[in-house]
Amino acid sequence: MLSRTADHLYWLARYMERADFLARTVEATQRLAALPTNYSGSGTEWESALESSGAAEGFRATRGKIDEASVVEYLTFASDNPSSICNCIELARANGRAVRTALTVEMWDAINGAWIELKRFEDSNFGRGRFDREELSRFLEFVKKTSLDYDGSAHRTMLRNDAYWFSRLGLYIERADNTARILDVKYHVLLPVDETVGGSIDYFQWTSILRAVSALNAYHWVYRESVKPWLIADLLILKAEMPRSLIACYENIVHYLDSIAVAYSVSGPAQAQAHEVLARLERTTTQEIFKIGLHEFITEFVESTDLLGRAIQEQYLKY
Amino acid sequence: MIARGTFRSAERRCRGCNGGRSRVPEGSCFDEMTLPDGAIRPAYGRIARWLASTPVDVLGSRCVQAELMFRRMGITFAVYGDKEAGERLIPFDIIPRMVLRSEWMRLEAGLVQRVKALNLFLADVYGDREILKAGRIPADLVLHNPQYRPEMAGQRVPHDIYVHIAGIDLVRTGEDDFYVLEDNVRTPSGVSYMLQNREVMMRLVPDLVAEHRVAPVENYPDALLASLRSAAPVPVGQEPTIVLLTPGRYNSAYYEHSFLADKLGVELVEGRDLLVEDDRVYMRTTEGKKRVDVVYRRIDDDFLDPETFRPDSILGVPGLMRAYHAGNVTLANAVGTGIADDKAIYTYMPEIVDFYLGERAILSNVPTWRCREPEALSYVQSHLGELVVKEVNGSGGYGMLVGPHASRAEIDLFAEKLRANPENFIAQPTLALSTTPTFVSAGIAPRHVDLRPFVLTGTNGIRVVPGGLTRVALKENSLVVNSSQGGGTKDTWIVEDRIFEESVAFQGQS
Repeated sequence: MLSRTADHLYWLARYMERADFLARTVEATQRLAALPTNYSGSGTEWESALESSGAAEGFRATRGKIDEASVVEYLTFASDNPSSICNCIELARANGRAVRTALTVEMWDAINGAWIELKRFEDSNFGRGRFDREELSRFLEFVKKTSLDYDGSAHRTMLRNDAYWFSRLGLYIERADNTARILDVKYHVLLPVDETVGGSIDYFQWTSILRAVSALNAYHWVYRESVKPWLIADLLILKAEMPRSLIACYENIVHYLDSIAVAYSVSGPAQAQAHEVLARLERTTTQEIFKIGLHEFITEFVESTDLLGRAIQEQYLKY
Repeated sequence: MIARGTFRSAERRCRGCNGGRSRVPEGSCFDEMTLPDGAIRPAYGRIARWLASTPVDVLGSRCVQAELMFRRMGITFAVYGDKEAGERLIPFDIIPRMVLRSEWMRLEAGLVQRVKALNLFLADVYGDREILKAGRIPADLVLHNPQYRPEMAGQRVPHDIYVHIAGIDLVRTGEDDFYVLEDNVRTPSGVSYMLQNREVMMRLVPDLVAEHRVAPVENYPDALLASLRSAAPVPVGQEPTIVLLTPGRYNSAYYEHSFLADKLGVELVEGRDLLVEDDRVYMRTTEGKKRVDVVYRRIDDDFLDPETFRPDSILGVPGLMRAYHAGNVTLANAVGTGIADDKAIYTYMPEIVDFYLGERAILSNVPTWRCREPEALSYVQSHLGELVVKEVNGSGGYGMLVGPHASRAEIDLFAEKLRANPENFIAQPTLALSTTPTFVSAGIAPRHVDLRPFVLTGTNGIRVVPGGLTRVALKENSLVVNSSQGGGTKDTWIVEDRIFEESVAFQGQS
């Protein structure tokens, strides 16, 4: 297939996944910030929402005080934030429109329908800076549903060929990156200092991490015990059955890269890099991760994923 | 556009022509549904009954439904010079335009004849120039025409086919009177609307479609693919690789490009996706370079290859013309076809058909004054208020004067342009274009229409899918149907004459 087509499909998937992650982050942060101050700890929830969305720098350069309304605006509708939810959907559609022929009717319908809906939100006062929690929650629901629609239609209707594989690659690379980011921002509350089950003020921080990656219920099914920080790390890094864990993302990345390599009868640096990261994840344990330092581990992971992204770009998507 | 009026189908006189400013005499234009005595023409028998039995608000809600369907499908176009508009929908009218099979057969024969002649003409003017030597067309009109591409002189193109896809604009003025308004043989657009309009009609009014047994148009993409495949350069070992070359998603017809590429099952490429090495064309794929044999290009000649044409073009492919001249790639349509649909050359079409085929042109031209000829010029100058004057190189309804609808100042301004450069203009009478019933905000009213059928040429022959794009001037009295000027579209139904005889037999059943 055309390198340009593959590139657009890859980025389309990334932006849709990113929009979903941002919506969940805003939602989880809102819950956390609504708690009485002695429950929520630091009072820097909105700051860390900016950090884990990679938007902190841009916010500081263009906005003033960090508060709920301004951060929400920046992460949802701000046109000057390249990674706001609006821009993600806008970019997803632009990528989709550039390769209409590579999308199924259902996928295009999901993306274009969402874009039309988005215009409606923008046209309402809500998109123009008026802060309204009810409208916001409707908007966040809409974003989550959009990514489900897109994802589901891609999964159900695309031919299983390289177009599908590149699209899935984009999704899992973005997802791995997002999970790693939230771990990186929140690593300090995940350190196993002392175990005060149920009573820790960090409890709500932990559950908000799980919420941001829609894993709160999954946690209970997997561990069948109360929320503990090292188990959260275990779940989000090493549990293959958890669809947003780093290892699950890499299993998928390796799978789709291998499918491409088989179809093209040639394997390259991208495959080598992905296999290496997966092997490392398979070898390691939570104990080891905490021994190295969670922060150090995640930093290294983010760098490896960045490297992989560049290898894929170089090997397949250049035009 | 839900209608609130109660204007019903009974009152369908020729309002499109007798409104205030038009000088076409009252009642002189032909309505395709209702004759002046109120009788319904056979092709519209069932349509008239459908309109009479469907409340206006139901029609209105169908229109809204249609608009939603188009918007969801992403069928939009961009208007040049109108940044605000972004992506717009071309208005769609749900009342189909009817043509009887017997009428169509004649049109089809005329279209095939015309396109055959156009291809022979192009091969000749870029080859031996027999028609110029014979003095049938002034040589300077061809050779000094900005549309003539000297780069193509003396070059052969694969199979001598220049025009693979033609869109011929036809207008009707009476029961048996069809005229060719213009030929479009560069990169004619609109075929996606022909196809999508039918899809929408089949979903909105399935009963109406079924009971008319409308000739299908859905095989157009297959026919196009077959034509393109047959036109591949001769020594292609295996299955030829075909691509559709688009200027990109900011082009007004991008939707159509992607739609067609999808239906054809070929890659939709931009200039940057292609490269030329050793006079061969390749596309950049995830598996490396892949050879390309046929380029269905929707980019104008000027932007095709910065090495040959406009050096500032970033849409084109450097070296494409080298590969073309080396015979390694087919371009559809060929480079230089603009000379054949030039408005000055158009006036010679009867001569062209006669010269190459020894036949009388089946389809007539609109009578045309060539302003380069002094006698014609003085007539045009003294009748500007009645005529349509067109710039020979203009397109899309820009750069033309519709005399009866122009103000004094507009006429004076145009007279000035005409005086300065008469050979740049032709003039035609204001044709009393036929009208068909159309759903507008006031209810159902007659509006002027034209018809663009698409003609395909390959080594496998010349083919016309039964139908075409009917464009409708939605503004009352307007004769300009271009989508860039507020025109809309309708589905065009070619129906068997027989069906209407049957329908008589079954009358009374329900």
